[in-house]
Amino acid sequence: MSNNSCMDLTAKGGFSFDLCKRNAMLSQKGLKLPPFRKTGTTIVGLVFQDGVILGADTRATEGPIVCDKNCEKIHYMAPNIYCCGAGTAADTEAVTDMVSSQLQLHRYHTGRESRVVTALTLLKKHLFNYQGHVSAALVLGGVDCTGPHLHTIYPHGSTDTLPFATMGSGSLAAMSVFESKYKEGLSRDEGIKLVSEAVCSGIFNDLGSGSNVDVCVITKGHKEYLRNHMLPNPRTYVSERGYSFPKKTEVLMTKITPMKEKVEVTEGGDAMEE
Amino acid sequence: MTKQQARFEPYDFNGGTCVAIAGADYCVVAADTRMSTGYNILTRDYSKIYKLADKCMMASSGFQADVRALQKVLGAKHLIYQHQHNKQMSCPAMARLLSNTLYYKRFFPYYTFNVLAGFDEEGKGCVYTYDAVGSYEKVGYSAQGSGAKLIMPVLDNQLKSPSPLLLPAQDAVTPLSESEAIDVVKDVFASATERDIYTGDKLEIVILNVDGIRREYAELRKD
Repeated sequence: MSNNSCMDLTAKGGFSFDLCKRNAMLSQKGLKLPPFRKTGTTIVGLVFQDGVILGADTRATEGPIVCDKNCEKIHYMAPNIYCCGAGTAADTEAVTDMVSSQLQLHRYHTGRESRVVTALTLLKKHLFNYQGHVSAALVLGGVDCTGPHLHTIYPHGSTDTLPFATMGSGSLAAMSVFESKYKEGLSRDEGIKLVSEAVCSGIFNDLGSGSNVDVCVITKGHKEYLRNHMLPNPRTYVSERGYSFPKKTEVLMTKITPMKEKVEVTEGGDAMEE
Repeated sequence: MTKQQARFEPYDFNGGTCVAIAGADYCVVAADTRMSTGYNILTRDYSKIYKLADKCMMASSGFQADVRALQKVLGAKHLIYQHQHNKQMSCPAMARLLSNTLYYKRFFPYYTFNVLAGFDEEGKGCVYTYDAVGSYEKVGYSAQGSGAKLIMPVLDNQLKSPSPLLLPAQDAVTPLSESEAIDVVKDVFASATERDIYTGDKLEIVILNVDGIRREYAELRKD
């Protein structure tokens, strides 16, 4: 297919790649694309004796700057399924929202609880379709009629099924905690403690991760979203003196001119062209 | 696809932020103690402040290997100066020496961002701020490094200095007292740490005044 022939086809939904060629030309000429908001991120998950626990930090960065100190990275997929997202914030948000709506429609259609594999398949299909350009690295966890499930999904669409998983720039720090302390059949409290410890290890040792710990516990027929389960990074110093700022620009004159007197208002008017 | 090949990459960036404030009879130099590369923290306890002479301190961020090399060169040159003149170098002299040392490597620069603080010949506090290739200016306060763009506007607002173009020349020193200056420094670093990923762990503050040199430490966020 020649490059131009794709222009003749009618749009069938999905992303528009109209500007890709222009962007490639501009970047070859030395244009720097604006940075996207990335969630540098530590996200983790593990299977415990009666379900799945997911954990995430709450820092979002734009290059070296923290742009959100308390963002939510554990996304809702279905009442019994949640999904942690790392990568470009817009992509993780969009892809989880899209799949969660597909799951909801599927539940209306079938009248049954969603399965984790269904979410997994929908996510990996979408990500594979876009060949890694949708940069979302996910940890998907939930409990369905077949038991607890935990998966990781890479931006290119490959997936893993694991008893414990980590993703994002803090994944190595978090995995080192899991590898040394995870065992089968953890209790709920032990599980939450281990997940928090893994996320904290990412928060403190990885510059892309920081602020607070979010946890989500999913068990058969029940879930618990523990937003800001830990707050290990309060502000260290607040000046007691406070600050004063110089007075704003002086107002020298105030005069109000009602526009009604200046223009003629006609009711109805001309119809707008299509 | 362009051909891939190994490239000579002599520089790294180790982050960190430095601030210096000069007052009438004191000056304050501060820097965080985090050293990092990429998303990794190399150490949480690394001093970026170096004593060049009895009344002259330098705080440097950027590439710490270059910082160490620069400190070594300046230290050696200062030692020679002491042997030749039988006295310590003054802060304005050291400021020019640092500028020349940086410009000497104009086309293979020391990747360092420095602030120099001390006392001038009249015994007033003074701060000199630099770019990586030796352009420098005498100012009343300055910030350098990864958090500088977060800190500098606050200092401008709180400590505003007179224009260097004014005639007759105005004093660049800030009107704050020593304790007020230390308070501002602690606060701007706490703020920069909130938003800059390369700044954190601990704050080292060096205070020079008539009594000599004093060091203070304050905790910063460790995430």
